[in-house]
Amino acid sequence: MTDATMAYADGDLHHLRGTVAHSGPASKRIVTGYGFWIFILSDMVMFSAFFATYAVLLGQTAGGPGGRELFDLRNVAIETGFLLASSFTCGLATIAADVRNKLWFQVAMAVTCVLGLAFLTIEGREFASLVARGAGPTRSAFLSAFFTLVGCHGMHVSAGELWLLTMMAQVFAKGFRADIQRRILCFALFWHALDIIWVAVFSVVYLLGSAV
Amino acid sequence: MFGKLSWSAIPFDQPIPLVAGAVVLVAILAVLAWVVIKGHLPYLWSEWITSVDHKRIGVMYTLLALVMLLRGFSDAIMMRGQQAVAYHSQGYLPPEHYNQIFSAHGTIMIFFVAMPFVIGLMNLVVPLQLGVRDVAFPTLNSVGFWLTATGALLVNISLVVGEFARTGWLPYPPLSELTYSPGVGVDYYLWSLEISGIGTLVAGINLVTTVLKLRTRGMTYMRMPMFCWTTLASNLLIVAAFPILTATLAMLILDRYFGFHFFTNEAGGNVMMFMNLIWAWGHPEVYILVLPAFGIFSEVVATFSGKPLFGYRSMVLATMAICVISFMVWLHHFFTMGAGPNVNAIFGIASMVIAVPTGVKIYNWLFTMYGGRIRFTTPMLWSIGFMVTFILGGLTGVLVAVPPADFLLHNSLFLVAHFHNVIIGGVLFGAFAGYTYWFPKAFGFRLQEGLGKAAFWFWLIGFYVAFMPLYAVGFLGMTRRMQHYDVAEWRPWLLVAGGGAVLILIGIIFQIAQLVVSIRHREELRDRTGDPWDGRSLEWATASPPPVFNFAIPPDVRGEGAYWEQKSRAERPYLATAEPDYQDIEMPRNSPTGFVCAFFATVTGFALIWHIWWMVAAGLIGAFATFVVFAWRDHDEYVIPAEEVARIDRANLAERRALAGLAGRA
Amino acid sequence: MSDEVQGFDNHADLAPGDEEEASIGSRLLGYVAGLGLAILLTATSFFVAGTDLVWQPSIPVAIIVLAIAQMGVHLVFFLHITTGADNTNNVLALAFGLLIVFLVIGGSLWIMANLNHNMMPMDQLMQMQR
Repeated sequence: MTDATMAYADGDLHHLRGTVAHSGPASKRIVTGYGFWIFILSDMVMFSAFFATYAVLLGQTAGGPGGRELFDLRNVAIETGFLLASSFTCGLATIAADVRNKLWFQVAMAVTCVLGLAFLTIEGREFASLVARGAGPTRSAFLSAFFTLVGCHGMHVSAGELWLLTMMAQVFAKGFRADIQRRILCFALFWHALDIIWVAVFSVVYLLGSAV
Repeated sequence: MFGKLSWSAIPFDQPIPLVAGAVVLVAILAVLAWVVIKGHLPYLWSEWITSVDHKRIGVMYTLLALVMLLRGFSDAIMMRGQQAVAYHSQGYLPPEHYNQIFSAHGTIMIFFVAMPFVIGLMNLVVPLQLGVRDVAFPTLNSVGFWLTATGALLVNISLVVGEFARTGWLPYPPLSELTYSPGVGVDYYLWSLEISGIGTLVAGINLVTTVLKLRTRGMTYMRMPMFCWTTLASNLLIVAAFPILTATLAMLILDRYFGFHFFTNEAGGNVMMFMNLIWAWGHPEVYILVLPAFGIFSEVVATFSGKPLFGYRSMVLATMAICVISFMVWLHHFFTMGAGPNVNAIFGIASMVIAVPTGVKIYNWLFTMYGGRIRFTTPMLWSIGFMVTFILGGLTGVLVAVPPADFLLHNSLFLVAHFHNVIIGGVLFGAFAGYTYWFPKAFGFRLQEGLGKAAFWFWLIGFYVAFMPLYAVGFLGMTRRMQHYDVAEWRPWLLVAGGGAVLILIGIIFQIAQLVVSIRHREELRDRTGDPWDGRSLEWATASPPPVFNFAIPPDVRGEGAYWEQKSRAERPYLATAEPDYQDIEMPRNSPTGFVCAFFATVTGFALIWHIWWMVAAGLIGAFATFVVFAWRDHDEYVIPAEEVARIDRANLAERRALAGLAGRA
Repeated sequence: MSDEVQGFDNHADLAPGDEEEASIGSRLLGYVAGLGLAILLTATSFFVAGTDLVWQPSIPVAIIVLAIAQMGVHLVFFLHITTGADNTNNVLALAFGLLIVFLVIGGSLWIMANLNHNMMPMDQLMQMQR
């Protein structure tokens, strides 16, 4: 008798759909990757709360400067270039990890690190200059929202840098062990997600904020 | 050196918190001393504190919830006592205390009783029901528990060092801003919840991944027990909603610590944005609490009616519908705060719509009972009590979902009665049903039935006596959170409500007695088969308590009611004489990561509250170091050799066979 | 649970971020294509924001559309989120996340606009009282 017939005889109509209904728990790589994916989505919801607050407080400049006066699009374009390039090099690092090439992995990660640091440096200088001009986060609700949204992204990038360096150290010390490979997968998800958030930030905050 | 902290933070001039704090401190020291002197500390450390076993973590979550229930209930008794006497009088609690008490009551009950209770039960049961060995991320599970405990600890420390928030369980600005709450109270609240919020998020990610990616062979989505479906829905909501809470509390922290202007009165801040965001979290939160309770009822009602759950598919649909719609109703918590009629109407209608899938569930439970052979055990009593009580609460909910009605009832005691009606009748009754139902699975012996039934009746009657008068007094115009009043009409109702609180207290005493007596008489109450209730799902196929690896051989699921299938089929493979092919089993190693991480989190949180900046830095570095040390370990699993697995499994099966023969269950 | 991907069956899943095994060359090409498209979309966004050549009222919509397109490029080329059967769970999770993001942002904007319309902002009120 076929599985399907037995299933019908068992009264188990759900089994009729396929002979292998569910083959059991997923592999560790899938479980880890999926769990981290859920975390990334939760992080996106957190950013959406900051985005919503930014959008609501957009006009509340308390008589002070707004986006049009403050944003330097040339800087933003350079920052964007750095972060996008770092996403690309992170992809290269992922491929290197998959084919277990330590040299290319470390090179790609190092370049990603430097590009990320360049992004953070430009952003840090932008924040410092805004504060020096009296346009710090305590000036108005708009500026509070701006600094928090963009700063939260920056803090995520900083945390990512710490993680990046830790992964480089781990691969150097222990090679491409299975659990380290899983962590590299998660790191890549995180780093790419940060660039996705940045697309939203530069579009909504900077470009829309200074549109002619 | 110590920021704002000084000896004046300890309330030497306030007898009530001072005495309460002293009593609790003495109790804690006594328990610790007993543990150390009796030599239990190594056992506790290696078997419980560093455990990454979902069963142990589930028990610890539940224990945390039960202990915090006592703290939250003490606050409740104090409030009822105050309102019973404070007619034309200041009562015995000055306003600044009373405000802290109702704030602490709500915060503790929601975050440190209800949440840990349901998360604990989900942790304990879901991997067993899915036929797997543990949740997706066992060490992360431990981290989540200990971070939750950190939050609870910080809130309780505020009783004796400093003060707690006076702003209610949700700290609305501008009252919660630095200008109007300059003390440390709101900071205790904020950091405690930010830290435990990370724990909750971690639990959410864990359980979503477990349900979606870790089910035993043959267990398709439509063969999962209903409790696993509600676990999925509830944890999807956790993952979706808690980030909003994190963000909103972070913004309030930025306002208080760095002078930002999110919710201030000046420089463009918008206080309503806080209300909007906090309730965008707050409404899904109550569904996070009640969905697991619904799942528990599905399990309990099916088992004690001796029938499969009626309308499984419609239950699944209703659950997922509630999950999605719960994210579309949040404005009903601030109907009266300035939105126009069209916005109010849409959210009002959505709030009424969400009652429909809940109604579907109630009908399904009733139809499950209909035609079944019902056993009125304690869990079943809690379930029936829930059905009556929750329907009543739901009806009053539909009433306040009507914006014009809400304009009269918002923030009155009618509202207070409504939400206690649904939370106690829904969440707490469900948690108590689950606690009684799964206690034998966790510990290997049942809870004493007689005391359990007594506890139920005192809780049920006490609840009605305590809260029905609050509906009446709400209609008579009484606002919530009143420290004193002078309206004669309200007095008799509040006195009756105070009496109801005493009845509930007796119920709690019976529950404590039940636990003590059951432990004393555990040999008579021993569950030797692993299936004391004649259950339907896979957790009852294991021994009580299950071995660390849950299942010696991963089960192969053929139909719904996986374990019932096995029991009813003539071959009864679980009693088969042919031995299964035992293999080595790899289990995750225990780890102190969770506990150590939480230690640093407590240090960091306390330091942030009191502005001790060097301690903040030290705590953060310690937490990061903990992670790196954990990431650096080379051995994250240990092997249980096949012979050991075989030995354990043979012993369990032998006990089961012997009793099956004795009971003659064919 | 083992480390290797489960033996191929009807429901073999991919971890998010993983792509089907392919040669290094084609994988590299995928990332290069993604980078190229992203650069193109970014440049277009910046151009549209600053130019006089486009009908002004359409600029916000254009920027948002370009942003969504670029997020899509990232998801497909860098994160390998596709509509294949092996990615269903990943896509469903993403869809759920997007729904929540939309509800939070859209809902907040709608509610707060409604409130601001009905209730005067604090600072205007205080200015009037001065």
